[in-house]
Amino acid sequence: MTDYSEALINLGYIIASILFILGIKMLGKPQLARRGNLVSSSGMLVAIVSALFECCLSFTWVIAGLIIGALIGVIAAYRVKMTSMPQLVAILNGFGGIASLLVGWENYHSQPDSILFVRIAVLLAVFIGGVAFSGSLVAYGKLAEKISGRPVSFRGQLLLNAAIVILILICSVLFAYNPSAFYAYALFLLFILLSLTLGVMGVIPIGGADMPVVIALLNSYSGLAACAAGFIITNNVLIVAGALVGASGLILTGIMCKAMNRSLGNVLFGGLKAGPDKADRAQIQGEPKPVSFEDAYYILEAAGSVVFVPGYGMAVAQAQHAVRELGEILEKNGAEVRYAIHPVAGRMPGHMNVLLAEANVVYEQLAEMDDVNPIMDSVDVCIVIGANDVVNPSAREVASSPIYGMPIINADRAKTVIVLKRSMAAGFAGVENPLFVRENTRMLFGDAKATLQRLITEFKES
Amino acid sequence: MSIGLLFFVFILAIFLGVELISKVPSQLHTPLMSGTNAISGITIVGALTAAGSGADIFGSVLGVLALIFATVNVVGGYLVTNRMLAMFKRKDGEQK
Repeated sequence: MTDYSEALINLGYIIASILFILGIKMLGKPQLARRGNLVSSSGMLVAIVSALFECCLSFTWVIAGLIIGALIGVIAAYRVKMTSMPQLVAILNGFGGIASLLVGWENYHSQPDSILFVRIAVLLAVFIGGVAFSGSLVAYGKLAEKISGRPVSFRGQLLLNAAIVILILICSVLFAYNPSAFYAYALFLLFILLSLTLGVMGVIPIGGADMPVVIALLNSYSGLAACAAGFIITNNVLIVAGALVGASGLILTGIMCKAMNRSLGNVLFGGLKAGPDKADRAQIQGEPKPVSFEDAYYILEAAGSVVFVPGYGMAVAQAQHAVRELGEILEKNGAEVRYAIHPVAGRMPGHMNVLLAEANVVYEQLAEMDDVNPIMDSVDVCIVIGANDVVNPSAREVASSPIYGMPIINADRAKTVIVLKRSMAAGFAGVENPLFVRENTRMLFGDAKATLQRLITEFKES
Repeated sequence: MSIGLLFFVFILAIFLGVELISKVPSQLHTPLMSGTNAISGITIVGALTAAGSGADIFGSVLGVLALIFATVNVVGGYLVTNRMLAMFKRKDGEQK
């Protein structure tokens, strides 16, 4: 290859890196986000074209791979429902991880006698990529409800995990120093297997409600895996892009943890105590007060300001369109309507925002927790739709509660609270919610979507 | 390229990433995540190298598999992010 063409290829990688940086910056700004995504995707195109100039001895394989991958990607992106977005993000993330693992594997397979530095990078790409892949698959299974969303724990779990980590360390040291020994390939395969196992073991003990943290963290891993792949092929664009993703994933993880008032270690290893403890249960006295559709209608009809608080239950019932319709009717009726969204409501960061945006709720009506809490006292009606732990006043009041200290939306401070709920079951955290028996709370039991549609009919008929 | 230089780039990029994303409004959390997820598909560049230069058939198979997975990650990630962001609307109808 001439110096001239090499310089051009490197220029391509530099341009791609700049486009990624600009794209990520714009993704963080509401007005620019969509353009930012376009900028970053054009960066990817530049990177791919540059790579095509230097990569290939045979194009047949390469073209076939690109076409197959692109077809699957297009179909997945256009067929997914917005309610299934968390699992799609999880599985795409897993694919990025396995790709880095395979890049590492191919490098070792084709050049087993590489220098120590490259071998370490191969191990890192395989390890991080493998954990990201199998972890994302488990997260996918939990989110798509193909496997139980409950935390899985058994005796000796911590011990088993520790054993896996130690084995991984032994394998990597042996492998790094004896890459051409007769047993090296076997060690390498064992290393892959152990990394994949660790990913599974890491995610199964984490419950459905903690998924926003896990997804953000796995996102960070797949970025770091790409980084490691960049060290293998000594390519800066992989290192820059991978590091940017790694950093952004970690920041999102931090934001999610803060929103639950828990440390990352607590989310990954601690888990909440299952079921309410006695002290917590003792706090809850009184009966929930069911309300008829007619009475609910009168309450809403008279309301001057209404705040909706959506939760995962809204996603399950696919009630976002019905929520928006009721919101519009209330607005026409003269009420001020807002949607208060807790940072960890749902199963991925920003889950509720995506669903409400799909239902055409305008951006100005979406309020963050910190904006809506100070005015909650003056709100006439707060409608809680399939949310539980994020409006649980125990987090504020009961020091013995497992979720004590978690910032919540103060729904209970509104003059009247209407809770749409399927049954009186505890939330995902397994904690009783005293909000449901408060003096100012009215319960509307049933499927959220059907309930909302009944309310809409009440408004239309009168 | 020297190893030291690669590390230099890595460290700078981490710091840059932290600076870029320290404050993001929560309604953009999902698009940011799926958008950066698509960027992590940059491993496609490694996969291209792997797919085009495998030492034997098995090496090529590994490379092509890597390429397929990375391409799904890139294409799917960008398209779905775009689809999501297209839904975010302001009152005056301007898309954000």
